[in-house]
Amino acid sequence: MVCQECGKRPATVHLTQIINGQKRELHLCEQCARARGELGIMGEPFTIPTLLSSIITDGGHTFPGAGQAAGLRCDRCGLTYAEFARTGMLGCRHCYQAFENQLDSVLRRLHGTIVHGGKVPSRTGEEARVKRELNRLQEELAQVVIREEYEKAAQIRDRIRELEKKLQ
Amino acid sequence: MNLDEVLYNSHTSWMDPSGPDSDVVLSARVRLARNLEDVVFPSRMEEEGAQRVLRMVERAAEDLDRDPELGPVGLFRLDDLSNLDRQVLVEKHLISPHHAQQPRGRAVILRQDESLCIMVNEEDHLRIQSLTPGMQLDGAWRTAQAADDVLEGRLNYAFCQRRGYLTTCPTNVGTGMRGSVMMHLPGLAMVGQARQVFSALGKLGLAVRGLYGEGSEAHGNIFQVSNQTSLGPSEEEILRNLKAVSTQVIAHERNARRALLSQTRLQLEDRVWRAYGILLNARVMSSEEAIKLWSDVRLGVDLGIITEGVPVEALNELLVATRPGYIQKVVGRDLEPAQRDAERAALIRHRLRR
Repeated sequence: MVCQECGKRPATVHLTQIINGQKRELHLCEQCARARGELGIMGEPFTIPTLLSSIITDGGHTFPGAGQAAGLRCDRCGLTYAEFARTGMLGCRHCYQAFENQLDSVLRRLHGTIVHGGKVPSRTGEEARVKRELNRLQEELAQVVIREEYEKAAQIRDRIRELEKKLQ
Repeated sequence: MNLDEVLYNSHTSWMDPSGPDSDVVLSARVRLARNLEDVVFPSRMEEEGAQRVLRMVERAAEDLDRDPELGPVGLFRLDDLSNLDRQVLVEKHLISPHHAQQPRGRAVILRQDESLCIMVNEEDHLRIQSLTPGMQLDGAWRTAQAADDVLEGRLNYAFCQRRGYLTTCPTNVGTGMRGSVMMHLPGLAMVGQARQVFSALGKLGLAVRGLYGEGSEAHGNIFQVSNQTSLGPSEEEILRNLKAVSTQVIAHERNARRALLSQTRLQLEDRVWRAYGILLNARVMSSEEAIKLWSDVRLGVDLGIITEGVPVEALNELLVATRPGYIQKVVGRDLEPAQRDAERAALIRHRLRR
């Protein structure tokens, strides 16, 4: 059966309506049914953004500072926090700074953590790589000091100084 | 590169049956989400921004094309393709339905053997995907990573030291990576353990979805297992976790198959041979029925019940060849569902008798 509306696509939505005692049957394709609003009864589609939205807004509960957050806006792309909370989509790289405090809590809920530990771009990521190496060396330094391995500590300290110079 | 050759060919590189664990694992895939630094993300991009991204990516793709390991590749603008061609790309799992439905300002970069595929201006500016036959997540990661490096030679990515690669959706931030393993799990489904296994996977931070069919019912017992989180651990750690868990699922599936074979051999053989008989003889076949019967026949081949006449490669190809878009592409015109069902039955008979 072909859709009554467009006459082209197959009808997959079959509706029987009784209005003022008059029975009316409708056979539509999904697109036309959606366009006419006949699928309204099914509500919002079940999608990742709508699920994400409930995490961002804390399932409709008000999280601390929610009132102020809603008014936040990314000055680069113009996305507001309220829009982000509705769609689950960020607008540009600057949104990550504009909504930083709120995003921390969202990211922690999604990923259990908020700090990247993976790949760094090879051409432009030099600084990030150096900083990561510095963090690693500082942790190692603390360990060898505890173990009283002072010769090793001196080597690590020299390497840290070298890397710090690179960053200046 | 000739796109039509890709579209008319129901074979893709992941269908090669020589991949590791290919009795259970159909393919492994790694996807990297990347965005350019100075352009707003596709969610807020105007036409002009999209065209700018396309121009920048086009130049970077020339480097991919020249790369001896990765190339040659072709870049195809989606609004230059017909609806049907885009649908076939979706059926081959090369682009997402979302990408196909809104073709303006969007493109796809493809290697002829389809083992590398990059969506341009989908949810993120770039979605670099690599696909391998069987369980070869590391291989997929190496290819995706190599393509990423080549593209990054020209493009400045939106990256920050603390958050990693910045993505449109916060579910992808960090590595931007989604590893996934496509598995055929008829054994677990038949012994009624599938749900139990899937709920355990959820607790380990992995997501499972049925690849065909809607909602809770998965036709064909084909499932995709993938990592849910992308921030924190390194790419290698994420993949190691995914691999370890998939290996367990594979072992469970094999156990279930062995148990079925030893306890209900006759019923199992009957089911397999009936499915094969229908595929070989039916005159009308819906895609839903085709995928159900496919699952039984594939199981029969993997368990040595059907020992000759059905190459696994031909079976794998049917996963694409029985989809509505592909059938219409081969026939060369739009078909009503009833006509498609007849063409599908004919195509299956032809392929299996070959």
